[in-house]
Amino acid sequence: MRKPLPVAGSSRALRYLGLRCLQAVPTVIAIAVLNFFFLRLAPGDLVDTMAGEAGAATPEYMAMLRQLYGLDQPVWTQFLHYLSRLAHLNLGYSFRNSTTVLDLILSRLPNTALLMLSSLAVALVGGVALGTIGARWRGRWPDALISAISTVGFATPLFWIGLMLIVLFSVHLRWLPAGGMTDVEGGRTGLPYLLDVARHLVLPVFSLAVFYVTIYARMTRSAVLEVRELDFVRTARAKGLAPRKVMSRHVLRNALLPIVTMTGLQFGTLLSGSVVIETVFAWPGMGRLAFDAVFQRDLNLLLGVLLFSSCLVVVSNLCTDLLYSVLDPRIEVR
Amino acid sequence: MTVVPLTKATRVATLLSGRKRARRPSSSFLRRLLRNRSAAFGGAVLIAAALAAVFAGAIFDADPLDMVGRPYTWPFTDRLHPLGTDMLGRDILVGLVYAARVSLTVGFAAAALSTILGVSLGVLAGYFGGWTDGLISRLTEVFQTMPPLILAVVVVTVLSPSVGSIACGIGIASWPQIARIVRAETLRLRDSEFVQAAVSVGEGHLRIVTGHILPNALPQIVVTGSILVASAILTEAALAFLGLGDPNEISWGSMIGAGREAMRTAWYMTALPGLAITAVVLSLNLLADGLNDVLNPRAGNG
Repeated sequence: MRKPLPVAGSSRALRYLGLRCLQAVPTVIAIAVLNFFFLRLAPGDLVDTMAGEAGAATPEYMAMLRQLYGLDQPVWTQFLHYLSRLAHLNLGYSFRNSTTVLDLILSRLPNTALLMLSSLAVALVGGVALGTIGARWRGRWPDALISAISTVGFATPLFWIGLMLIVLFSVHLRWLPAGGMTDVEGGRTGLPYLLDVARHLVLPVFSLAVFYVTIYARMTRSAVLEVRELDFVRTARAKGLAPRKVMSRHVLRNALLPIVTMTGLQFGTLLSGSVVIETVFAWPGMGRLAFDAVFQRDLNLLLGVLLFSSCLVVVSNLCTDLLYSVLDPRIEVR
Repeated sequence: MTVVPLTKATRVATLLSGRKRARRPSSSFLRRLLRNRSAAFGGAVLIAAALAAVFAGAIFDADPLDMVGRPYTWPFTDRLHPLGTDMLGRDILVGLVYAARVSLTVGFAAAALSTILGVSLGVLAGYFGGWTDGLISRLTEVFQTMPPLILAVVVVTVLSPSVGSIACGIGIASWPQIARIVRAETLRLRDSEFVQAAVSVGEGHLRIVTGHILPNALPQIVVTGSILVASAILTEAALAFLGLGDPNEISWGSMIGAGREAMRTAWYMTALPGLAITAVVLSLNLLADGLNDVLNPRAGNG
């Protein structure tokens, strides 16, 4: 029953991957149905909304869209048209930005990925470190201090932390830029460019990471306290392993499992946080795109972001499962 | 032969009455809650905020959107405006108190909506199982897949921003969590002896759910519900900050959004509403922790 996942036998893992992708299809279709519902719920007919409000599109294009969607036809036919367009990866055209919605999203995706992955990394390192310290000095002042900070951090709006960091580090100390991804002058290439982006990345990453640091610190603390009492840890200690090694090899590795699950579960929330942080720091990512779409009244673009980010969540859930089976080989890949 | 059904019947009777006897009077519950320091502190701050919100009109007869003083007055410099004024000369303390109305209303309304949705769907899925469970679990998955804030933004945009649509958007985006918890609780309770006993004496589904399952799942629902209020207040603030607040009302998030314009010179306009949000959300979380300790004493943490 408990066969480990064979490292060489990747065909099973592939089959599993295929199965999980197949399972995700109904979810994505259901979200497309919801998107269609939202499009119809909005004032004006489907084409008005698809083309962006306030006459952004040319009348010819609107006429073409109306014909394409067959607005005179029953809702079911319209819906099938919509689905078939989505299946061809056609999310529509944004007249405000004069490019396709998919291109717009794809051009912003790397920036959002950079922001989110850096924040996750910072949150993981910071959270695991703080949680381990809390567990190590349980009930003493470092533990109390960390738990007090994380309780407050958990209750603070992310975007407000971002704004306060701007006040401190950009306005008063003038250490770091307040927004954007590169300096206005531009023209940098190579290493100077990377350093410039890194400087712009510090504040948004830190503001986005705070929330997750607090979650990870709490989870690590309780996981470490729990795992530490288990038999195999006592065995490791009894066979004379150095405390640090027991911690890193035996305790932390096993305490990491719930954290991986949590990260997978929280991916959508991280994307949500990224929307607000990108708006605060004028970071040219997908979240900022969603914000702009709201103000350009480009509902189709906004729904494109919703659909695309939901697909990202599906992919991240898949990755979480795979990572989980690597971390804990006992877990059977179904 | 006759002994067996008799013992079974007595067993059923004791189980049914035992459940009722096990319930403690509410005064003891309150006392235990008040003895819990974090819960008492959280509850006190929350009650103060709620009272201020309800009686905002009686405390200050001024309209929070009226210009009442010199613009850009820093906090603690003018006795008439203890927390200063914003760039339009509006009193910040009055604004904070009035904003509590919208933030708390939206927070509680959204949490109520997601609790109602989540509890009914969770109970249905857990109690009936089979295809009902399959369908509801897939629906839960669909809503959990969509990033909550983006979904709320879409709902508020489609319905156009108002207190009702904001509460609706947040509620729709946040019910899956409580649905999953209630489903798991229901699954656990469905196989418990007292529910089996109720089934064996022929109680109907509705009576079993409302009389046995919901009362026993209530501790979990209350704790999760109070966490939902906290996260709804945070989401409302984010929406208002993004410009999707009710245009006719003032909320903490919209105050931060407005203060942002003057952040370089007068950061206190941004800082104060943020502190208000943190204080209320923190006390809700502390209250939830305390409720969890008192209501679910076996589920000890750390």
